[in-house]
Amino acid sequence: MTITEGVRSDKDATQAERPDFVSGPWQDSIDLRDFIQRNYTPYLGDASFLAGPTDRTTGVWAKLSAMFPEERRKGVYDVDATTPSSITAHKPGYIDEPNEVIVGLQTDAPLKRAIMPFGGWRMVATSLETYGYPVSPELEKIFTDYRKTHNTAVFDVYPPGVRRARNSHLITGLPDAYGRGRIIGDYRRVALYGVDALIAGKKNDRAELDMEPSTEDIIRAREENSEQIRALKELVQMAASYGSDISRPAVTAKEAVQWLYFAYLGAVKEQNGAAMSFGRNAAFLDAYIERDLANGALTESAAQELIDDLVIKLRIVRFLRTPEYDEIFAGDPTWVTESLAGIGDDGRPLVTKTTFRFLQTLYNIGAAPEPNLTVLWSDALPDGFKRFCAQVSIDTSAIQFESDDIIRAEMGDDAAIACCVSPMRVGKQMQFFGARVNAVKALLYSINGGKDEVSGKQVAPATTPNAEEILTYDTVFPAYLETLEWLAETYVTALNCIHYMHDKYAYERLEMALHDKEIIRTMACGIAGLSVVADSLSAIKYAKVRPVRDETGLVVDYTVEGDFPKFGNDDDNVDAIAVDVMERFMTMIRKHPTYRDAIHTQSILTITSNVVYGKATGNTPDGRRKGEPFAPGANPMNGRDTHGMLASALSVAKLPYSEAQDGISLTNTVVPSGLGHTKEEQITSLVGLIDAFTSATGYHINVNVLNKDTLEDAMLHPENYPQLTIRVSGYAVNFVRLTREQQMDVISRTFHSH
Amino acid sequence: MPAVNLGLPSAGAAIDLVDGSSVSSEQAELAELHHLEMEAIHNGTVASVHSWELVTAVDGPGTRMTLFLSGCLLRCQYCHNPDTWKMRDGLLTTLDDLVTRVKRYKGVFESTGGGITISGGEPLMQPAFVARIFEECHKLGVHTTLDTSGFLGKSASDKLLDNLDLVLLDVKSGIPGTYKEVTGRDLAPTVAFGDRLAERKIPVWVRFVLVPGLTDAVDNVDAVAEIVARWPNVERVEVLPFHQMGEDKWDKLNLPYPLHGVHPPDNELQERVREQFRARGLTVF
Repeated sequence: MTITEGVRSDKDATQAERPDFVSGPWQDSIDLRDFIQRNYTPYLGDASFLAGPTDRTTGVWAKLSAMFPEERRKGVYDVDATTPSSITAHKPGYIDEPNEVIVGLQTDAPLKRAIMPFGGWRMVATSLETYGYPVSPELEKIFTDYRKTHNTAVFDVYPPGVRRARNSHLITGLPDAYGRGRIIGDYRRVALYGVDALIAGKKNDRAELDMEPSTEDIIRAREENSEQIRALKELVQMAASYGSDISRPAVTAKEAVQWLYFAYLGAVKEQNGAAMSFGRNAAFLDAYIERDLANGALTESAAQELIDDLVIKLRIVRFLRTPEYDEIFAGDPTWVTESLAGIGDDGRPLVTKTTFRFLQTLYNIGAAPEPNLTVLWSDALPDGFKRFCAQVSIDTSAIQFESDDIIRAEMGDDAAIACCVSPMRVGKQMQFFGARVNAVKALLYSINGGKDEVSGKQVAPATTPNAEEILTYDTVFPAYLETLEWLAETYVTALNCIHYMHDKYAYERLEMALHDKEIIRTMACGIAGLSVVADSLSAIKYAKVRPVRDETGLVVDYTVEGDFPKFGNDDDNVDAIAVDVMERFMTMIRKHPTYRDAIHTQSILTITSNVVYGKATGNTPDGRRKGEPFAPGANPMNGRDTHGMLASALSVAKLPYSEAQDGISLTNTVVPSGLGHTKEEQITSLVGLIDAFTSATGYHINVNVLNKDTLEDAMLHPENYPQLTIRVSGYAVNFVRLTREQQMDVISRTFHSH
Repeated sequence: MPAVNLGLPSAGAAIDLVDGSSVSSEQAELAELHHLEMEAIHNGTVASVHSWELVTAVDGPGTRMTLFLSGCLLRCQYCHNPDTWKMRDGLLTTLDDLVTRVKRYKGVFESTGGGITISGGEPLMQPAFVARIFEECHKLGVHTTLDTSGFLGKSASDKLLDNLDLVLLDVKSGIPGTYKEVTGRDLAPTVAFGDRLAERKIPVWVRFVLVPGLTDAVDNVDAVAEIVARWPNVERVEVLPFHQMGEDKWDKLNLPYPLHGVHPPDNELQERVREQFRARGLTVF
């Protein structure tokens, strides 16, 4: 790819205002990485410098906290049901105006949700009906008769095979009725350059595009460029309504935080994306904060207050969604993922005091699922930081860890996580989010000649049903591959349809305005139920599995005689099956051309869809019963990982990242005493475990440090646990906001006690 | 019995071990096999293994590969692994296979400051194997820990102790009569083994399982503390509150469970007992 030609900013003005930043190529074109590398101060110490919350922070948070119980009870606190949201649609809103250091809300009041109809009108109407708000007939007419939505457009072009696969829950969670998300605008650009300079850069891009022949691609690029410029102008207006002039670069630390937040706010005013991630901002902000600390403009307490207040805002990002959506993405997540730490290409850790300050928010305003604080972990991180991360993880279960070594090798040192586990170069890469396929159901289809094991309907193309008394690997596996081939083709077809239409009808103007002209796009496919597939195939290979057929000959159950190796015990006999299936499916996906030549990737991640997927899937050859949830992400099945937490993690670590470049998710729960007697011992143990996991090429790990009793008590007395946070699959939730079914799923997972 | 699947290419086929005492005349073939197996166990090239696990912070420092060997002469009333009592219930596993797995976790041990722990059952039922695997571990630079009651301490050769970095020594009671009631065996060998470890300055973590109504008498705890206090090599004492998680296993084996209905010790009792150890200057958890 080519790096953007970018902007030639007004150097005189910039230099005059920012005399003490180290100059470099970042002044000649958009290059955030260069700015950070030249201007950040690595911090190698421990957490002792951190400040507690100010009264102002505590006051603002208390005001919001008082509103949460009502929101939890009703599902939404309030909705503006008549104003389709845009960057400028709503008047300024405040939580507690005189006491807010950083300002800006999605609508004119906190927790009031907006409607965003461009993704699909039905999602808006259903949500409003669910929560008892009137559906405006006028808007309904506009978005039904006059303005086509993404949702309508996608269904105009889906072929029948996709519809069948979708209806039978073979492929679900597709972003065909909601915003695809998983695009991270480089929000830092607004703070570093000011919007005028960004617009100037986009105009340069446009001038280049105007010189190209008007092919379909170029015409589309020109239209997108125009939309981007329009969005940037609206962003300036929106910030002006709060009294800030973001057409120019930020000067102070407070402005840098505020400008950054305005840019993000513009994105969440405009897009109801499934994951609206924040990027990698701590070291960037730290450059400004360090400078203000040095010149006496800030104290540590005031610096912490800036971050605390920013995080308060990030915690109350809200979207209006339907109950069906909540089943797949439980707990009202927004995935405001902030990627912290990591190591720079030059070997210096990208750990700054502001990295600590982000983590400190979990103490200052209590544990919370958002923002989704994600530590890019490397063995080479400074010890003081590692220990603080482990401490925060033990105390709050609110943070997750991803392998910085893997991400850096692939994408350099300015990549961030979108959503849960999807890495991308900030401002230079986006993904076409593709949810996931039910790999377990596909296995059952292959045994039943393409028929659904629950409905008996022919969904996949008809093949010869398995007729064996005892299933043999040599028969089942090739048939499975045949079904997967069809599934891969159907899946990529669906995603191409979706993303063509998403670009056309629900384009992310502002987020893409904060990207380079030439970007990398990935087509992010995914698999659910990998451990069930591996165990089922292992059972067929190593034990005796007899299919049980109903009167129509449909295999509806399996009896298993004898033991078999199970995924999650660091046992190569079965772990190799999981690796094989995932590698083969990736190869199949790669055979099919993608929209905009996106690079094929896949994830082994389920969000919370492991529950709904399981619900829709019949009995499986591993002994799992019909309707029982799958394990989340790449996790081994609950209770089958009997050789300890690390052995379980090491099985998952065998799944090669090269064949799942959209990420591999593992969620583990350990009881506190399982890490040691004292807090110090527990911290040391957890640091060691994460080091051991990432050193063994593990990609991602969620760690919950919890006792089962706590969760059971929280189910009985949710009012006592308003901030109990638990990591589920690449993100965290307020435990008490999960459905009962999902709570039971979490409780039934393996709690590693030693 | 659950097979121990090491998940590694197997050097030798795993065969169920047949206990000598139960071999009948029509099992001559098996007896012959048994003879070879016993010989292999005696010289330590194979072990009868119950299971293995990667554990953190319980069986010694860091994350450890804990290998549970089958066979124990004690019959502790509170045993939570009665399925490890009989050596014949284990799965014969070669030293080579086990060393291969240790090698696999060398990185884990380095990252976490961990190592290998041989537990059981009673590992000193298979002392030649323990000596051999510790020797191999030391060649690899892997920290070694032995989790034992000390009852068979005499079986531990000096060579075994040469390659031993830490002992988790269960002192199950301090009064000989109580010890016998709890375990069915004598206390003296444990004390003798502890003395030997002290002489050799091998670090020891003492463990004491606190069972209300069985081991919690003040004088019994005092007696344990007295014994332990004379060993300067004791780095810590872990007072382990009895739990009922073993009952299922007794039921599955159709064994009458002597501690049915006994409640775990409350915090007050645990604190009292820990204080009895602390009073003698010991580090107690």
